[in-house]
Amino acid sequence: MKQRVAGFFKSFLLWELLKGLRLTGRYLFSRKITVRYPDEKTPQSPRFRGLHALRRYPNGEERCIACKLCEAVCPALAITIDSEERDDGTRRTTRYDIDLFKCIYCGFCEEACPVDSIVETRVFEYHFEKRGEQIMHKEDLLAIGDKYEEQIAADREADSQYR
Amino acid sequence: MEHITTYWQALPPNLQLLLFNVGKVLAVMVPLMLSVAYLTYAERKIIGFMQVRMGPSRVGPKGLLQPIADGVKLMFKEVILPANANRFMFYLAPVLALGPALAAWAVIPFNEVAVIADLDAGLLYVLALTSMAVYGVIIAGWASNSKYAFLGAMRSAAQIVAYEIAMGFALVGVLMASGSLNLGKIVLAQQGGLLNWFWLPLFPLFMVYLISGVAETNRAPFDVAEGESEIVAGFHVEYSGIAFALFFLAEYANIIMIAALTAVMFTGGWLSPFTGVLPAGVFQWPVIGYLLGDGVHWFLLKTASFIFIFLWLRATFPRYRYDQIMRLGWKVFIPVTIIWLSVEGVAAYYRIGPWFD
Repeated sequence: MKQRVAGFFKSFLLWELLKGLRLTGRYLFSRKITVRYPDEKTPQSPRFRGLHALRRYPNGEERCIACKLCEAVCPALAITIDSEERDDGTRRTTRYDIDLFKCIYCGFCEEACPVDSIVETRVFEYHFEKRGEQIMHKEDLLAIGDKYEEQIAADREADSQYR
Repeated sequence: MEHITTYWQALPPNLQLLLFNVGKVLAVMVPLMLSVAYLTYAERKIIGFMQVRMGPSRVGPKGLLQPIADGVKLMFKEVILPANANRFMFYLAPVLALGPALAAWAVIPFNEVAVIADLDAGLLYVLALTSMAVYGVIIAGWASNSKYAFLGAMRSAAQIVAYEIAMGFALVGVLMASGSLNLGKIVLAQQGGLLNWFWLPLFPLFMVYLISGVAETNRAPFDVAEGESEIVAGFHVEYSGIAFALFFLAEYANIIMIAALTAVMFTGGWLSPFTGVLPAGVFQWPVIGYLLGDGVHWFLLKTASFIFIFLWLRATFPRYRYDQIMRLGWKVFIPVTIIWLSVEGVAAYYRIGPWFD
């Protein structure tokens, strides 16, 4: 009975409602957690898995030896590789395609690669304008690798002690 | 300047009167429409802040051009007439929603002299017009030929009936205390500082009026008429483009009007809260004395704070269930107002209220 009377007065005097208002009132002045995306960006880990790239050695030779481990490990079957023997007797890819619509960005290709050739960069803002553009060819991947080599190398270096 | 005065005097007196009144109306309407536009911005900002996010911030500095962008966008959109809808009613509804919200401003006093029409039955006029606003909603719901719109309209109608009574009773309390239906005289009856305003002796009525005001404008937490999660958008589902914009404007114009009325009825309109609190000499000081003394700025400040309460409520509370709204209206508010009216009546009979000298 006593509780019911107290409950009546509590709801009649809007007690709970005032408590709710106090809470939202406090949040009005709290720090806003929004990240205003194009202007501000959240920090990225060196392990970030974004757009793929093929790397080269410092002398300009491409790293990939067409071992096809990445193709084998890829759970989404996004990688297609053709290879043949080059004039100097080494095995090289003639075709290295990644279908970015199939890719799930798991990073297994990167882990499987014995020569650190296929890597995933920090680039995550990209788009396609035509059908077919989502398939990255060898030249595209090498170009990305050349463009971001500095960042890629720094990220591998930072993560090297855990690998 | 002389040219203008001679031209002015050359005009027939009827035309002079007409132009003068149009000028007065424009002087109120233009700032009002601007504040309606920026109220939408303020709402999005304040609710955003209460939800720990930023609110609109991309259009113009700090998002300040957002309402203009919204308005332009809505103006260029097509107004779609639903199949089998009643064309005339369909287009009439938004106008009927907005019209009364703006017309009620005719009697709201900004200070002793600044009022468009100094009606002696101002309070009745206001009551009549605030209840008119619901016709826009009902007609919109009916003319749309849509179940959801119709449900929204029905809910709105029932809600208005329930809350109009409580609101009317709350205003009867004000009327008894001030002894006048003229809004200017109601304000003047509250003279003498913060503690002499009607919110203190009429506190229950003040709360009832404020909450009924929220219900009357169909605002959260009483927005069952448009409850997005239940009946899509309620009465205005079928409206698009500028017709939808008119409903939007009407809702916000109504908020501002209810806030202004609360300021006039219960918190002394343009009166300064410091009269009788600070020594009289203070009001003789240059600028500061003017700011502390009575004036339009107090009216605007009070209105703004009541508007803020509307937004605050919306950011805080979930929507009432329909039967809970009815219960609150009929079983809580009406008894509360009746009890307080009796208390006030007894006090008036024995002349013991704070408003009898």
